Amino acid sequence: MTTTATVRPGDPALEVEPAGTGTLSTTELTAVRADFPLLERTVRGGQPLVYLDSAATSQKPQVVLDTEVDFYEQRNAAVHRGAHQLAEEATEAYEQARAAVAAFVGADEGEIVWQPGATAAINVVAYAFSNASLGRGGEAAARFRLAPGDEIVVTEAEHHANLVPWQELCARTGAVLRWIPVADDGRLDLADLDAIVTDRTKVLAFAHVSNVTGAVAPVATLVAAARRVGALTVLDACQSVPNMPVDFHELGVDFAAFSGHKMLGPTGVGALYGRRELLEAMPPTVTGGSMVEVVTMESTTYAPPPQRFEAGTQMVAQAVGMGCAAQYLGELGMAGVARHEAELAAEMLKIAEIPGVRVIGPLDTANRLAVVSFVVDGVHAHDVGQVLDDKGIAVRVGHHCAQPLHRRFGIAATARASASVYTTVEEVVAFREALAGVRAFFGAE
Amino acid sequence: MSTLEQMYQQVILDHAKHPVGRGLVDVPSADHGHLTGESHQVNPTCGDEVTLRVDVTPEGAVAGVSWEGQGCSISQASVSVMTSLVEGAPLAEVARLDGLFHDLMSSRGKGLDDDDAEDALGDATAFTGVSQYPARIKCALLGWAALKDSLARSGALATN
Repeated sequence: MTTTATVRPGDPALEVEPAGTGTLSTTELTAVRADFPLLERTVRGGQPLVYLDSAATSQKPQVVLDTEVDFYEQRNAAVHRGAHQLAEEATEAYEQARAAVAAFVGADEGEIVWQPGATAAINVVAYAFSNASLGRGGEAAARFRLAPGDEIVVTEAEHHANLVPWQELCARTGAVLRWIPVADDGRLDLADLDAIVTDRTKVLAFAHVSNVTGAVAPVATLVAAARRVGALTVLDACQSVPNMPVDFHELGVDFAAFSGHKMLGPTGVGALYGRRELLEAMPPTVTGGSMVEVVTMESTTYAPPPQRFEAGTQMVAQAVGMGCAAQYLGELGMAGVARHEAELAAEMLKIAEIPGVRVIGPLDTANRLAVVSFVVDGVHAHDVGQVLDDKGIAVRVGHHCAQPLHRRFGIAATARASASVYTTVEEVVAFREALAGVRAFFGAE
Repeated sequence: MSTLEQMYQQVILDHAKHPVGRGLVDVPSADHGHLTGESHQVNPTCGDEVTLRVDVTPEGAVAGVSWEGQGCSISQASVSVMTSLVEGAPLAEVARLDGLFHDLMSSRGKGLDDDDAEDALGDATAFTGVSQYPARIKCALLGWAALKDSLARSGALATN
């Protein structure tokens, strides 16, 4: 793997204190930022870029870019086929990347399935249930069968990617969709959890961290509720994996999905985590080449996981890039990254003190990440975003693919600031100062 | 003037704060040979929406436009400016204004370089600055799409 301009383990400038309140020092942060070429560019008339849209997609360190280029320049070949040296090297890079990602999220290698993204990963699980309900996968897949009367539980806080696939699965199988509501502070309201997650529940799907409120879900409570009734859990880990230590074995979830591009990796690649025994029992969804054992004109037997769920030529360069990103973050140390981002979250939440600004989500920093959505009285989110952009500050505006959550709060759109490992307190301060001038610009009273 | 100020011209901010035609009105004249149509348009990327009702005279002119909506200042001001512009206008003139406004929005901040056209568009020329921001052009066009669709639904385009 190429190591140009990267972080190396043991580099004293990058050591993160093992415990306590240690976060990234200014020196460490400067070293991290130097790894991200895009952060050097200017926007809107030569102003420095203040990139606060990492929850949508993160920027990429040079080492990830170099790794992808290196793959194409030196090792490009089809994986898991071919007897030549390049095929061997490409396969090795592809599988080493899988191992790196698995190690990063507390999974075994065989429990990580490459997917084009987290959306695709969640759909693999949903369609596996669908296929099992049609009898595919035989007796081994019995626990994936759904019938009218069965229920799937999600939450009101879900990204559309962890909602719509379950709505569609219900429509195909006759199962009923139920959901855990969101409280006024943006956290899940678990008061009626036992009435919502019942013996009829077959799937409990929820986001580890909301991409709107930044709230961290009480995973242990939800996993326990699902286990009590024999339901399978599906975790949308898109916002957690890039920003905090995540160990799927420790969390005890059955499935999890996360994307490469939000964790400093390339677009076009993500991963599905599934407990090995479940992946082994699950029928395939996308079928074709590379995922088979024996094919006759009449029928086909399927490869074991993870290959069973990786039909067709895969996005090998992106997978290798995602593996590199996992390694980069792992070497940086996610505990330190999380502490750094907790500091940023506290700085971001100070916007609640600006007259007319209302944060949608928890105002305390416990169990929440540096993803802060807000509305400005009298000014639409789109206009807020435009004024910030004029100062070089990039935030997301809109419903962030979570329309039901916005409807819950009676709003159509919010603006959202979000951080990543490379974000600085100074950037958040610049954001707060710019935001303080927004209402005056529009003459809002 | 900064590009931001070019975008948020005072006339746009004024229309956003005090919109013309806001509040859907029933059209009792529909049974006197008038045609009416209604359209709901959504901009799914930012959640802007408008519901617009148009009333067309038997002679083929816009008798009235009323609307409800929510969204950014650009989308709401654009519906408001459009409403002032098309009220009383014959449908052929409405079609010409629609074409000119679309041309303006494609001008990347340059404007139409045509005095007659800019005179016809009146306050709507204030949106020239918006055309420098590709992500916002669809905000400015939302109301125009609702007008075109409501006219089509009224049947007035077929008979005139």
